[in-house]
Amino acid sequence: MALDNNQLLRFTTAGSVDDGKSTLIGRLLYDSKSIFEDQLAAIESTSKKKGHDGLDLALFTDGLRDEREQGITIDVAYRYFTTPKRKFIIADTPGHIQYTRNMVTGASTANVATILIDARHGVIEQTKRHAFIASLLQIPHIIVCVNKMDLVDFSEKVFNNIVRQFEEISSKMLITDVRFIPMSALLGDNVVNRSKNMDWYQGAPMLHILETMHISSDINKVDARFPVQTVLRPQSDTHRDYRGYAGRVASGVLRVGDEITVMPSGFTSIIKSIDTFEGEIKEAFAPMSVSITLEDDIDASRGDMIVRSNNKPEASQDIEVMLCWLNNNPAKPRAKYIIKHTSNNQTAMIKEIIYKIDIHTLGRINDDKELGMNDICKVKIRTTKPLMVDSYRENRVTGSIILVDDTTNETVAAGMIV
Amino acid sequence: MSKYYLNYLDELESEAIFILREVWAQFQNPVILFSGGKDSILVTHLAKKAFYPAKIPFPLMHVDTGHNFPETIQFRDDVVKELGVELIVGSVQEAIDDGRVAEERGKNATRNTLQITTLLDAIESNKVDCAIGGGRRDEEKARAKERFFSHRDDFGQWDPKNQRPELWNLFNGKHFQGEHFRAFPISNWTEMDVWNYIKRENIAIPSLYFAHEREVVKRDGTWIPNSEFLILEDYEEVVTKKIRFRTLGDITITGGDESEADTLEKIAIEVAGMRNTERGNRSDDKRSESAMEDRKRQGYF
Repeated sequence: MALDNNQLLRFTTAGSVDDGKSTLIGRLLYDSKSIFEDQLAAIESTSKKKGHDGLDLALFTDGLRDEREQGITIDVAYRYFTTPKRKFIIADTPGHIQYTRNMVTGASTANVATILIDARHGVIEQTKRHAFIASLLQIPHIIVCVNKMDLVDFSEKVFNNIVRQFEEISSKMLITDVRFIPMSALLGDNVVNRSKNMDWYQGAPMLHILETMHISSDINKVDARFPVQTVLRPQSDTHRDYRGYAGRVASGVLRVGDEITVMPSGFTSIIKSIDTFEGEIKEAFAPMSVSITLEDDIDASRGDMIVRSNNKPEASQDIEVMLCWLNNNPAKPRAKYIIKHTSNNQTAMIKEIIYKIDIHTLGRINDDKELGMNDICKVKIRTTKPLMVDSYRENRVTGSIILVDDTTNETVAAGMIV
Repeated sequence: MSKYYLNYLDELESEAIFILREVWAQFQNPVILFSGGKDSILVTHLAKKAFYPAKIPFPLMHVDTGHNFPETIQFRDDVVKELGVELIVGSVQEAIDDGRVAEERGKNATRNTLQITTLLDAIESNKVDCAIGGGRRDEEKARAKERFFSHRDDFGQWDPKNQRPELWNLFNGKHFQGEHFRAFPISNWTEMDVWNYIKRENIAIPSLYFAHEREVVKRDGTWIPNSEFLILEDYEEVVTKKIRFRTLGDITITGGDESEADTLEKIAIEVAGMRNTERGNRSDDKRSESAMEDRKRQGYF
């Protein structure tokens, strides 16, 4: 297989047991021949034990013992498959409201969100929530799978009606690229293979769309941002004075000879070399991991950010953030948290809850200032030292933060800078 | 005009390098768990890239069950010498001699579970705060839920229901004294990715992965290598076959497949056509439906 130019596509699935989410994933893996015989044998025997007719494809996505016993997805599980065109990573997340935080987690790195709709029920509250999370996390592409078409006689009218319902809600959100597919995951219609039951659908099956959609623009290639992860100083005979700033390009492109500024100090210099294990390269783009040396001997270390001098992020101690609370313990008013932003750690305080999203209606609540598990709020945060931030809309790497509670060391919140 | 996107192997490599550097930046005393299997060899190769031109800043830690393939031990020693890194060995035999653990009894007794105690002892006595492993999410259903940075309590235990959420590329390695982390830089790689990458980079791996002639015994549908540790049943017959191993564990539990694949190219083609999962020949995973989850909760790799 010539895989040299094959890209990696990450997509997330949100859905509950009844939407046929597990069946859809099972179908994708099964029809793309990504399932091994011993897995198949194990599923066959479990299907029989549980008294299911035939092969229950949903069993492929079973994980931990508790999940198997309860028949639900609790945590994010990752699945992998490869076709001759691309490698895919599926972040399989639960769909119920009490697992909003897991959906947010799965969505954070995805190129594509797949949203499942049961054709019999149309757009329901859960659909709106899933679309909202996809737009909040700025997943660049959305595929709406109108599933169980076999149960509505493969009706074009039902499908068109659902498309219209979805567009009504999505037009109010920050969603740019949406595609709709009528399918039956159970029968395999329009998942990997084209449906023979829906001639009226002119589009491609799901896998074809996943294999061919344009994703190289999903990463910001305009604003050069290089958070310093660590400094490489070998002090060996061959590299006695080497001082390389190691990191992964967060966005944009950096070239040898570029005039750069180290933030927050403001020192300027010129990129002398961009090094990798294979040798020096002329330019590095996101998401490459490289080591950068500068013409001048200036002080830069973990937490600093190297940027092009003519395109800088904002250095700010006061940021507005859409925050999703992830922890059992609610937010403590005016308590201090550790804020992690790229390689930078600072102390932060939630100064004000501006409004809270009613996760049922997606409306704003202005008079509820409690921030508990799964809540999504717009907040004002103050940090002890400036962070070098971009808005999340423009930059998913330099626009995202997490909060850590230093009394438990747990990650308690995830935030998108407005 | 160059293209401004990475192919999937380069993206996986960049992600792994990012994780390894993050471990170095966030922990005081990390080690790489080195078994001599392809996944830990891959992690070590990626660490070489992550810190070049500096040396790998971590020691390698090997949990020695005493039931090794001699080839694996030789390979381990060669790698340590070439990289100029420190080797820490935790010995299961010593733990047995000291009475810390007891050998399993019964027909299919192995030292697989005994490794957990030795691993946790070695982590504690060397004050390791992060053990970097070659675990991959595609290997097994419990591993599919694993984080890149995975927390272990002060008993070394994993609590899969209470894992820290991991978002974007923001990794939280904060922990209290006595707790530690496991880090998995190649979480997102599949078996096929590993082989394609080993082939592309021409990474040295133990000869056991290549087809070779060996004395073996048919047991549970796979070829178990004959060794001084193997207790033969009356009806079992030792034969010589040309086989290769798809994974390497203890010599007592690792089954081989008949194969003619004696080059990396041939192995990659063979793996692409495999119809069974990689760990299908590992009797340690066959013990029960949640064998891996149960061992991982106790502190297994």
